Amino acid sequence: MSMLKDWINKGRLKSPWVVHFDCGSCNGCDIEVLACLTPVYDVERFGILNIGDPKHADVLLVTGTVNHRNKHVLKNIYDQMPEPKAVIAMGACGLTGGVFREAYNVVGGVDKVIPVDVYVRGCPPKPEAIIDGVVLALEKVKAKLEAAG
Amino acid sequence: MRTILPFGPQHPVLPEPIHLKLVVEEEKVVEALPNLGYVHRGLEKLTDIRDYNQMVNIVERVCGICSCIHALNFCEAVEEMMKIEVPQRAHFLRVMWSEIHRIHSHLLWLGLFADGFGFESLFMQLWRIRERSMDLMEATAGNRVVISTNIVGGVRKDITEEQKTWILAEIDKIEAEVRQVEKTLLSDYTVKSRCCGKGVLTKEQAHQLGAVGPCLRGSGWAQDARMTGYAAYGQLDFEPVVEHDGDSYARCVVRFREVYTSCDLVRQALAKLPGGELAAKFKAKPEGEVWRRVEQPRGELFYYIKGNGSKFLERVRIRTPTFANIPPLLAMLPGCDLADVPVIVLSIDPCISCTER
Repeated sequence: MSMLKDWINKGRLKSPWVVHFDCGSCNGCDIEVLACLTPVYDVERFGILNIGDPKHADVLLVTGTVNHRNKHVLKNIYDQMPEPKAVIAMGACGLTGGVFREAYNVVGGVDKVIPVDVYVRGCPPKPEAIIDGVVLALEKVKAKLEAAG
Repeated sequence: MRTILPFGPQHPVLPEPIHLKLVVEEEKVVEALPNLGYVHRGLEKLTDIRDYNQMVNIVERVCGICSCIHALNFCEAVEEMMKIEVPQRAHFLRVMWSEIHRIHSHLLWLGLFADGFGFESLFMQLWRIRERSMDLMEATAGNRVVISTNIVGGVRKDITEEQKTWILAEIDKIEAEVRQVEKTLLSDYTVKSRCCGKGVLTKEQAHQLGAVGPCLRGSGWAQDARMTGYAAYGQLDFEPVVEHDGDSYARCVVRFREVYTSCDLVRQALAKLPGGELAAKFKAKPEGEVWRRVEQPRGELFYYIKGNGSKFLERVRIRTPTFANIPPLLAMLPGCDLADVPVIVLSIDPCISCTER
């Protein structure tokens, strides 16, 4: 049993599956996430896959401010993901609300709703920074795996 | 039997959250009910606490993909209100950045569209070409997406002669590479079978429902807000791209050919680029009412601003092209197959963060 578990854990760390949720972003960050998948940056060479289903994902990548309508959607997606999981908040808006922090419909950063493991700064962050964020998130997943035994 | 299928807000083909309730009978869509509000931030109201110079940064973040053009429209509206004479060099540089933005936006959309009907290698190829336009923006403005070059009175950045030569060389490369994929996108059997005849918007419908941009031009109307001659467009030579079929394929062809138009406009703008100041100096407070419209990659963008003599504007109202294109979309969907929904939704180039602001 433990051999199987080791094998699964190895796969988790070597090929993280990322689900991306646009949580009220201006698209600037989202197109940079997509740019990571394309030939110039090509994160698939590190085994990082972008998928649509949160039930298959290890890492949740959230862009944009949280507002009163989509905070339930964000929580729902987070709850659907299997443990161990990591959350990356991306861009100035995802961190604190950015330039929109004083707008009436904005709750604030992603960490107001779900726990965040890695923060990637920038408006929008460069693709290199996003890749770095995913790599850092993997270390968090590793620590969670070790803690769980 | 009628079933209601939820489409979104988190869906693999949608980069942005929009929720459509699709009423289906067997495999046919009977009705589509949109449900918006997932990206609403309320940034028009921020004008109460941000002055007109700071608002340029806010309106740029209405939409990251066409940020430069939002700022261009806002600045032009404020300049008209305060009667500022913008230097000619600034006008031409604004056109250059707008058109580089349009190239990046159209290539982005063409890639997403290819991904929408399952042609992933084409998506990769188009985004590879798009990276050249991102490099152009990074090198000239310092950021890849939100370039913040427009300020009230002119532009913030200048380009050198060396950069000018390099930009022209890169534009030539973009055009040559786009020509290479033209055959794959526009004469491929599989692409045509997924797009031709899907989501037809007739010429009359397009006019009655108030479609804008490639959606309108794909249905046979030669209407482009750039023809009004804002910024330096009045001094440049171009023809709006028009197709007559009104289906998803026609809209795709319009955007594809607009990439060539944009390349040409960048060349013309750089060839005619005059010397001189970058930004005008001014001392005035915004007062009165002004509306402006410009052409965004997605269509006509409309700004209404009202000043009350203080540095805070009283009202900023933004009507974005996707907002105008949602009624046509709802007219296209009934009667289509469920499998064609992603292609049709993508064919209007939806930008939800623009629509909801």
